[in-house]
Amino acid sequence: MSIPDPADGAAVEARIAADPRYVALVRDRQRFSWTLTAITVLVYSSFISLIAFDKPFMATPIAGGATSIAVVLGAAMLLGTVIICAVYVRRANSTYDARVAELLKDVDA
Amino acid sequence: MIRAAIALVALLGGATAAQAGIHGTITQQPTNWTAILMFAGFVAATLWITATAARRTRTVSDFYTGGGITGFQNGLAMAGDYCSAASFLGITSQIFNDGYDGLIYAIGFLVGWPIVLFLIGEKLRNLGKFTFADVASYRFLQGPVRSFAAVSTLLVVAFYLIAQMVGAGQLIQLLFGLPYIYAITVVGGLMMVYVLFGGMRATSWVQIIKAVMLLLGATFLVLGVMAHVGFSFEALFAKAVGVKTKLALDSGLAPDEAAAKGRAIMGPGGFIKDPISALSFGFALMLGTAGLPHILMRFFTVPDAREARKSILWATVWIGYFYALTFILGFGAIVMISFNPDYVDVATATLRGGGNMAVMHLAHAIGGNLFLGFISAVAFATILAVVAGLTLSAASAISHDIYASVIRKGDADPAKELRVSRATTILLGISAIILGIVFEKQNVAFMVSLAFALAASGNFPVLVMSLLWKDCTTKGAAWGGAIGLLTAFVLTVLSPVIWVAVFGYESAIFPYSSPALFSVPAGFIAIWLISLLDKSPRAAIDKAGYAVQRVRSETGIGVHSPADH
Repeated sequence: MSIPDPADGAAVEARIAADPRYVALVRDRQRFSWTLTAITVLVYSSFISLIAFDKPFMATPIAGGATSIAVVLGAAMLLGTVIICAVYVRRANSTYDARVAELLKDVDA
Repeated sequence: MIRAAIALVALLGGATAAQAGIHGTITQQPTNWTAILMFAGFVAATLWITATAARRTRTVSDFYTGGGITGFQNGLAMAGDYCSAASFLGITSQIFNDGYDGLIYAIGFLVGWPIVLFLIGEKLRNLGKFTFADVASYRFLQGPVRSFAAVSTLLVVAFYLIAQMVGAGQLIQLLFGLPYIYAITVVGGLMMVYVLFGGMRATSWVQIIKAVMLLLGATFLVLGVMAHVGFSFEALFAKAVGVKTKLALDSGLAPDEAAAKGRAIMGPGGFIKDPISALSFGFALMLGTAGLPHILMRFFTVPDAREARKSILWATVWIGYFYALTFILGFGAIVMISFNPDYVDVATATLRGGGNMAVMHLAHAIGGNLFLGFISAVAFATILAVVAGLTLSAASAISHDIYASVIRKGDADPAKELRVSRATTILLGISAIILGIVFEKQNVAFMVSLAFALAASGNFPVLVMSLLWKDCTTKGAAWGGAIGLLTAFVLTVLSPVIWVAVFGYESAIFPYSSPALFSVPAGFIAIWLISLLDKSPRAAIDKAGYAVQRVRSETGIGVHSPADH
């Protein structure tokens, strides 16, 4: 993608902004990314709150062994962080990129 | 101003309350020739890369962005920038001592990445060229916003850089058996060479190589640990609890108390005391990632938003994997080295060679001298790569944001801009060496967490508001960001860490150990309020510019590829 000429640059952007497909794309993507953000913040805050407010619960052994709830939750936090990123990238790379490409193809033509 | 300077010196000079990272007494070890040879090999290889990179660095853009690398490569380099030696040595040693608490740090460091990915990553790549100030000032009057961004970059980098330099000096004493001053000078000198001659391309490749070596080395160690316990996590944890219980018994505790002490390593302990401090600390770690200038700069080394997205995913994968490894290594160290008099002074139950040596002793126990040398070289390379990245981001703040954009109003001669950048690098290198010597005795992890708090309170709100809120204005971004930054700084000075521990007052004015829970909202509210009250003619231009900025940030139309300029 080359840099558009400044003179007609703003016109191109105005045309895109008015395109209903653009409006729908931005709305969908925004809803998706804020939902995932909310999940991340909520899960992490709950994790930190458990540590802050209920240490004995976190230290409870699982099935009478040495492994504790805290260890399992910690590992789940690490894994969950990677998974939620993968979910976003997967959706963005397939759905959103295709929609952006289609939008820009028409604009350039 | 003078008072602020005094506070700054006090802040750097006395903070000793942080819980993780480089800590404990450092004693110089006998000169370790295997490690030094390994390290020399690494340096030779990376200098060769720098020379190759230097031949291909022709334009300003090459210097700042390295001319474009793939998302996978950039993800590794981001992981390299992020997994500092303090993480590797500090977290494993903290787990060795206290068990579970070390993991809390690690999770906080990781959980910022999704936020960066969902909210700002792609938009950053779509709008920016060299530094995050390009994005923050996109539709605003360049002078004020870039000046804020440059000052904030320098502040964050300063704390981060000093921490890394001090860590480097201590590590070299530990690992190579060289005096502190030599170590600092070697680190500072090599960092200048990488940045001066190779620019971003060399820095990226040093990061990538180092990240791969670190991940391979840690994986090998984990395999050694798991082989020792028959590849069972339950056995690993049970043995670790057994070791801690026996240590407590040996120290004269009653059997039931000893059993409780042994079990304590499996849950959160004294690391996080009150809930507000806990949340605040978590916030600083989570949002700070999205405001670290040397991490943000990495978004401009890839060609487009798609690769930027992939970079973050790969960075998250490698960083998450790395922290999972450190957790196992900490417990492995408890099991494998606690009763070995070569590694631990049995009488006092402390690590030989300083409080951060757990993973180093483990490396020796598993792979002998040669492997210890390898891990030492990797740990040193880690610091080298991180300081090179930091220096580059500070140098571009001066040359690109201040010199080219504010002083020359975007009309700088590229050759002159490069010269300014290189002069800044030399100055930074020399100051880093001096500061590293001056602050030898300070706590490294505390300075790193302060850098995170500053980044979360200043840079993060400005980025989010300028990207996502149409009514944000020049005044709002510049002054609001400054207020967030200042709030974080002042609250830190008033917190127990400085007010009580350094100034010696009985109780702290601000009772919590981390400011982020208050200073991040302060930054956001200040930007919102000042923008709202801003009725200047410029404010109208700022608001009108949002529509175009928004379309560009969402679609990537008009994107600057790292190769063009």
